[in-house]
Amino acid sequence: MSTPVTSNPAQEESTVDHSKIKVSPEEMEAYDQSGRKPVLLGFFIAVVWLLIGTVLGDLSSFKFDRPDLLTEQAYLTFGRIRPAHLNVMVYGWASTAMFSVSLWLMPRLCRTPLRWGNLAVIGILVWTVGLGVGIALLLAGHGDGLEWLELDRQWADPLLVIGAAMVGASVWKTLAARNVHHLYVSIWYVAASYPWFLIIFLAGNMPFYKGVESAAVNWFYAHNALGLWLTTINLGLIYYLLPKIIGRPIYSYWLSLVGFWGLALFYALNGMHHLIGGPLPSWMIATSITASIMMIVPVVAVGINQHMTVVGRFGAMRYSPALTLAVIAAMSYTAVSLQGILTALVSVNRITHFTHWTIAHSHLGLYMFVTLSLFGGMYYILPRVLKKEWPSRRLVRAHILLVGGGMVLYIVALGIGGVLQGLSLLAPGEGFEASVSSAKPWLLLRSVSAVIISAGHLVFAYHAYLLAFTSRNSLTRHPPFYELKPVLVKKRVP
Amino acid sequence: MTRILVLIMGAMATVIFALVILVILPNSMLSDLKAPPQLKQPGQQELLGRQLYISNGCIYCHTQQVRDPVFTTDIHKGLGNRPSVPADYVYDAPHLLGTMRTGPDLFNVGTRLPDRNWHLLHLYQPRALVPWSIMPGFPFLFEHKPTAEAGDKVLDIPKPYAPSEGVVIISKEAEALVAYLISLQHNYPAPDSDALEEVQP
Ligand code: HEC
Ligand code: HEM
Ligand code: HEM
Repeated sequence: MSTPVTSNPAQEESTVDHSKIKVSPEEMEAYDQSGRKPVLLGFFIAVVWLLIGTVLGDLSSFKFDRPDLLTEQAYLTFGRIRPAHLNVMVYGWASTAMFSVSLWLMPRLCRTPLRWGNLAVIGILVWTVGLGVGIALLLAGHGDGLEWLELDRQWADPLLVIGAAMVGASVWKTLAARNVHHLYVSIWYVAASYPWFLIIFLAGNMPFYKGVESAAVNWFYAHNALGLWLTTINLGLIYYLLPKIIGRPIYSYWLSLVGFWGLALFYALNGMHHLIGGPLPSWMIATSITASIMMIVPVVAVGINQHMTVVGRFGAMRYSPALTLAVIAAMSYTAVSLQGILTALVSVNRITHFTHWTIAHSHLGLYMFVTLSLFGGMYYILPRVLKKEWPSRRLVRAHILLVGGGMVLYIVALGIGGVLQGLSLLAPGEGFEASVSSAKPWLLLRSVSAVIISAGHLVFAYHAYLLAFTSRNSLTRHPPFYELKPVLVKKRVP
Repeated sequence: MTRILVLIMGAMATVIFALVILVILPNSMLSDLKAPPQLKQPGQQELLGRQLYISNGCIYCHTQQVRDPVFTTDIHKGLGNRPSVPADYVYDAPHLLGTMRTGPDLFNVGTRLPDRNWHLLHLYQPRALVPWSIMPGFPFLFEHKPTAEAGDKVLDIPKPYAPSEGVVIISKEAEALVAYLISLQHNYPAPDSDALEEVQP
């Protein structure tokens, strides 16, 4: 892995030339160490949730192939395991890892030690307890009944709000104490995400909505949880990793601005595209479809900006698993957004709505973009915080190939299965049976991919354990993809 | 400081703008929606059934909405005789519109399948009635006893699916869920949609 932290003492700084900011390795290390406790704690908890969520996801998948699998107990029924999978993955794995990412990024970007780190530690613990309580209640049959907002609003949600607010306070306190004039684009994304999340989560959990209004609030929340929380912090991380690892500045400051404010403006209005054709006043759905199409602006801006930053240097991916994953994640962000825009068009949505196409889209977004970005972040961050290298390049390679390959299979299978299912749901002459049987083989293929991905998760968890709790050799001298021929560049990068 | 101010004010402005448009504005517009006269207010048993529908996650496979015939075939396929409208849902809290049709839409299942016993057996073991079904059974909604006692209602289960010994008793919960399913009938004519038309520019 290459860290182009040069020891040039000249300290020029600008938002644009973020990668050229020359900071001594000692100073960098001090920032990394200032957040050591919350960062490590968050990543540890996140990996535990990842393993739990994997078991729940696998079970949900197998239940499509074997509907009589584990039906005797209420807490094992599909209708409880599946929302548990969603909540564990979104709030346990992704969000907790995102806390750590934020707490690691802010000191580096603000060039000041992390403030209120202990508050962040408590925040992460409170969040985790809240989530644990919520999941237990959900499995026992007590949930709020709204997708993405299942966690009990009386016992779980207040803890989540307090936990996120504590981590957010540490982030904002660090920002307030910054030693830089310009705010790098990653700061905008990370810092804005915390107030955004708190507002939408509180609005979504208010108990007084009923009828179709409850549906509108439900999807207002769920879409913004994706757009103004999961997406933003990961875009911030990718914006940091790409220029940092490659060692050249972000392509364009103005495209970053367009990308950020375009996303803030249009994404927030997107929610009703989950209810196309549904019983809402049609102007609401029309507004969301329009805003979805407008999303082309920030998506293309971010896509061009990140692509142009890396272009010509794809060969560097062989040396850095973090870069490899960040590049795949960045491309997946563009891909999932374009797929989403397509799905929001009525002519496509009439086929794909209510089908497994949506599940393929979910996992293209939440796995190929969010999860891979977080894996990339952990490959980069953990060695710097722990001050030792990942022990085995074989394990890194196995992990990336298993999860990457498995997820591509998952998405392709459900993409095809979803369209076939949708076409037979729409065909006037066909009974419901046709939609079930046309999706069945693809659901089986998804279960195969589930096993492959799970193996990848086990490899990763084992490797993280080796890194954190043992003192194995490091791989500094042999980057994981070193022997592979570069496939993305014509000229060999020396 | 000014940049932080721009960031926080701008970020708040966009999300609050969206909150006003998609939540607060519609909330006030839809607040005077009246229940159609033919729509029955759910009774206690139906509400218990609805709660079981939520806690057992039927929503992750079933929708409760009939879409516009202009671009879907929902009505053609017998899911209802008209698209569903906001007034159909005034008693729903939380909503159960759903996003997956792994199983058929249930908005009018009470009209389509009015037989209580069909639903009870179907919930216990869907494949006893629909061999190709991928819906899970919900045996935990029933009671399994060695022999029936006085007052117990025994579920009649065809051979391969019946437990090898003992009897399956229809519980209060199973009855409630079925009562809720049968109450899902929205085939009355679309309510006078004046209130709605005002809302739609
Ligand atoms: C894994 C997905 C899944 C879950 C969860 C599920 N169902 Fe189903 N359901 C189906 C499928 C597939 C069918 C179509 C085959 C059949 O009739 O069994 C179906 C059919 C039905 C039907 C018959 C509808 C018709 O028009 O033929 C009813 C009623 C029903 N389900 C009720 C429920 C209830 C109540 C629950 C929750 C306790 C539930 N389902 C949970 C998948 C599911
Ligand atoms: C081992 C890997 C995984 C497997 C096998 C898996 C499997 C599944 C299955 C079977 C479903 C239910 C689909 C349905 O109802 O038809 C699902 C839904 C979902 N999963 Fe995963 N999943 C995995 C990883 C993840 C990860 C890492 C995340 C998030 C970070 C995630 C987020 C979600 C979400 C949000 C949904 C709900 C989608 C929707 O409602 O449209 N999954 N997953
Ligand atoms: C401009 C960008 C995007 C647009 C226009 C868009 C559009 C859509 C639409 C229309 C649906 C509803 C599908 C249906 O139910 O028929 C949907 C669902 C979904 N999208 Fe996107 N999407 C975008 C980006 C993303 C990103 C970046 C992610 C992940 C980080 C994502 C994750 C999801 C998930 C998880 C769902 C399923 C929600 C559920 O049913 O539980 N989307 N999207």
